[in-house]
Amino acid sequence: MQRKMWGALLCVLAMTGCQPATDKLVITGSSTIAPLMAELAERFEAQTGVQVDVQSGGSGRGISDVRQGLADLGMVSRALKQDEQDLAGHVIARDGIALIVHAENPVAPLTQDQIIAIYTGKLDSWSLLGGADRPITVVHKADGRSTQELFLEHFGLDNDQVQPDLVIGENQQGIKAVAGDPYAIGYVSIGTAVYEADHDVPLRLLPLQGVPASLAALEQGDYPLSRELNLVSRGELNTQAKALLDFLSDPAQAEIYHAYYFLPATR
Amino acid sequence: MRWPDRLAAVSGALLLLAVLVPMGLMLWSLLAQGSGVLSVDFLLEDPSQAGRAGGIAALLISTGWILAVCLLVAVPLGLGCALYLSEQVPAGTRRAQWLGGVLDMLAAVPSIVYGLFGYQFFAISLGLGFSILSGGLALALMVLPLMIRSAEQALRAVPFSYRQAGEALSISRWGWVKRILIPQAAPGIAVGIILSIGRALAETAVLLFTAGYVLRRPDSVMDSGRALSVHIYDLAMNVPGGMPRAAATGLVLLAILVILNLLVRRWLRPAQGVLY
Amino acid sequence: MLTTSSPPRADRLLSWGLRLAGAAAVLVLGGIVLVLLMQSAPFLLDHGSDLWRNDWQPGQARYGMAAMVAGSIVVSVLALLLAGPLAVLLAAWLRYFAPALRRPMLALVELMAGIPSVVYGLWGMLVLVPWINQWAPPGASWLAASLVLALMILPLALLVTDTALGQLPVRYLQAGQALSLSRVGMLRRVLLPQAGPAIVSGLVLQFGRALGETMAVLMVAGNVVQWPGSLFDPVRTLTANIALEMAYATGDHRVALFASGLLLLLVTALLLLLSWRLRGEKHALA
Repeated sequence: MQRKMWGALLCVLAMTGCQPATDKLVITGSSTIAPLMAELAERFEAQTGVQVDVQSGGSGRGISDVRQGLADLGMVSRALKQDEQDLAGHVIARDGIALIVHAENPVAPLTQDQIIAIYTGKLDSWSLLGGADRPITVVHKADGRSTQELFLEHFGLDNDQVQPDLVIGENQQGIKAVAGDPYAIGYVSIGTAVYEADHDVPLRLLPLQGVPASLAALEQGDYPLSRELNLVSRGELNTQAKALLDFLSDPAQAEIYHAYYFLPATR
Repeated sequence: MRWPDRLAAVSGALLLLAVLVPMGLMLWSLLAQGSGVLSVDFLLEDPSQAGRAGGIAALLISTGWILAVCLLVAVPLGLGCALYLSEQVPAGTRRAQWLGGVLDMLAAVPSIVYGLFGYQFFAISLGLGFSILSGGLALALMVLPLMIRSAEQALRAVPFSYRQAGEALSISRWGWVKRILIPQAAPGIAVGIILSIGRALAETAVLLFTAGYVLRRPDSVMDSGRALSVHIYDLAMNVPGGMPRAAATGLVLLAILVILNLLVRRWLRPAQGVLY
Repeated sequence: MLTTSSPPRADRLLSWGLRLAGAAAVLVLGGIVLVLLMQSAPFLLDHGSDLWRNDWQPGQARYGMAAMVAGSIVVSVLALLLAGPLAVLLAAWLRYFAPALRRPMLALVELMAGIPSVVYGLWGMLVLVPWINQWAPPGASWLAASLVLALMILPLALLVTDTALGQLPVRYLQAGQALSLSRVGMLRRVLLPQAGPAIVSGLVLQFGRALGETMAVLMVAGNVVQWPGSLFDPVRTLTANIALEMAYATGDHRVALFASGLLLLLVTALLLLLSWRLRGEKHALA
C-alpha cells in the first residue's frame, strides 16, 4: 500500500525533474487575439512541427509574462506604452474598437460628448437621445484589458469616472450582453462585432465621429479608435519565435485574419 | 386527510415544479444549442479553428490525463489517510475529532482558493508552470477530503468480527489490510473514487489558473491541457461562434456525469442513506 | 492489537506509512493557509486597514474590498434564504407526502449536485439575465446571482435535510401517528425541530459553498464594484474578482487578491465552526 504511494510520489518527482521541450513557444496575453493566434498556431505547428502554446488572460498578462520570462511572446491588443519600451513590439494585425448597440435600437450616431456622458452616468435614459424611455445599460470591460484602456484613453476618462451597469471580462460576454438587451450599449473589438453581426447576432455598430465602424474604414485609416494587435518580446528572439513571426506575416495566412475580421499587417 | 395535509401535499408538488422547471429549461436550451453539433465525430475529432469547428477529442484526452494525475495522487494518499483513521484512530477519540475537523475544513475551502494555492505553489514555486501536472495536483488536493471521507466510511463499515477473526488467527497487520480489509471495502472505495472524479470534472476555476488553455493533444504531463469544463467556458465567453460547441460539450459532460452517477448507485446498492 | 511480541517489519513500515498519510491532510490544509499568508502578509501589514474601504481601483493602487465583501455576503445570504426553506420543505414533502417519488427525485437531485457551475452560469447568462432585464435592467444583478446560486445549493441542502430526517428515531413518527397528529403538525412541532440542528448545520455549510462559488456568479452578477443597493443592482463578489483579475495582476494588486482569498478561507472556517456548534458536536477544533 504505502509502496504504491512512494512509487507514485517518485513518479511525480521524476516528472517534475523533466525539462519542458525546448522547441516550444509559449504565447500568452490578450483574449481578443487568443483565438486568432490559436488558429494560426495550429497551422504553424502543422507546417513546422514546433509546438505553440497559446494562453489567454489579458494584454496585461502578456506583458508581465514576457517580462518575467514565463512566455516567449506576449499578445497585446494595443500599442506599447511609454513605460514598456523594454519590450519589442511586432504588429501582426490591425483592429479597432466599436461601440455596439442592439440591432433594434434606432439611436442616431453618438457624438464624443454623448458617449462620455453615457459612460459617466450623466446621460442615463435613451429618451434623451430620441429613443424609448428606458434606462441605458452601460457595458464596460474589466481592468487589465487593453480594450478598456484604449477606450478610456480615447474618451479621456479615468476608470473611476465610469459608472457601468455591467462589467464583462471577455469579448463574448459583452456581445451576449448587448445582443440580449435592447437597451444596452457596449464596446468590443470591431473584428468580433462584425463577425457576430454577420452571423445573425442582433448587433449594430455605431459610427464614431462620423466614420462607420467597418473594416473598410479601418483599412483606410479613417476610423478614430483603431489599434494594433501586437506580439511583444523581450531581448533576442530565438529561431522558433522568428520563424513564427515570419509565418504570421506571410500573405498566405491572410485568410485566417479575415476569418476573424482583423486586418493582417501585411496590408 | 386533514386540510393542512392536503394543502401541504399540493404545495409540495408546486415546489417540486419550481425546481424542476428551471432544470428542464436548462437542459432544453443545452439541447437546442448543441444537439446540432453532437455526433460520434464530435467525440473523435480534434478541435480546430480555436474550437469553433471540429470536435473535442484532444480535450477528452487532456481531461483524462488531468484526472489520471489527480487520482494517482489523491487515491493512494486518501486511502492511506483513511486507513490511518480506521486502523490507528478509534472513532470518538480526540485525535479522530481533530482529523475529522481538519478534513471538514479542507472540504469547505472554496475552490478558487485551491486555484490560487495551486497557481502559487505548483505553477510558480515548484516551477511546473501551466501544465496538466499542476492542474492534476491542485485537483487532487481538492478531492482529497472527499476521497478520505468515502474511503474511511467504507473501511469502518467492514464488520468488527472480521477484525477479531483476523487477530484470532494472528494475521499480521499488513496481511489484514491487504487481504481482508481493502478487498471488503473495495466497493465503497470505488464509490469514493467515482465521486471524486465527478467533483473534479465539474471544476473550472482551479484549472483556469493551473492547467491552462491549450487546445492541442498533450504529449506529456508537463504540457498545458484544456479540460472539458474550461473548454465550455472558453467557447462560450471568448470564441466568436463558439456557443453551439460549448453547449454540445456541456451535454457530453452531463452524459459522463450521468454514467458516473449510475456507477455509484450500482456499487452502493445496499443503499442506506445518500452519500455526498 | 497484535498478539505477537515482535511485530513483523512490514507492519512497522505500514504503521509509519499510515501515520505519514494521516499527517497529509493536516499538511495540505496547513500548506494552503501558509502559502496564502506568506503571499498576503507583507501587504496586510502595510495596508491592512485600507482593505476595508469601498474603493477598488487597482490601476490606481487603491484596494478597498468592502463593496466586494458585501457583494459576496448578500448574494449568498439571499441564495440561502431562497434555497434553504425550499430544500427543507421539499425534503419533508418527499419523505412524508410522496414517498414513491423520493428515490427518483433524490437520484435526480444527486445529478443536479454534480453539474458544473459553468453550465448553471451559462444558462443564467443566456436565459435568466435577459428575463430579469425585461423587468429591471440591467438584468445581471444580485438577484440573478442569488437565483443561480440557490439552484446550485438546493440539491445538497435537500440531501442533507433528507439524511437528517432519516436519522430521527422512528418512534417519533409512530408516537405522532398514535396521537393522530396531522403530518403537517408532526413536521412542524416534532420532526423539524428535532432534526433542526443537523439541518441548520448543513445549511450553514451550503452557505459557505455559495460564498465560494466563482464561475456562475462571474457570469451573471454584473461584476460592478459597488455597494449592493437594490436587488437589481449589479455586484461583484470576491471570488469573481479573483477570477477576473488574477491572470494579469502583479505586485500589490496580486497580493491584494491573495489577501481576499485568505479572507474567504477564514470566513469559511468560521462558518464551519458555527455549523459544528449548531450540531452540538464536540469537535476538538471548535
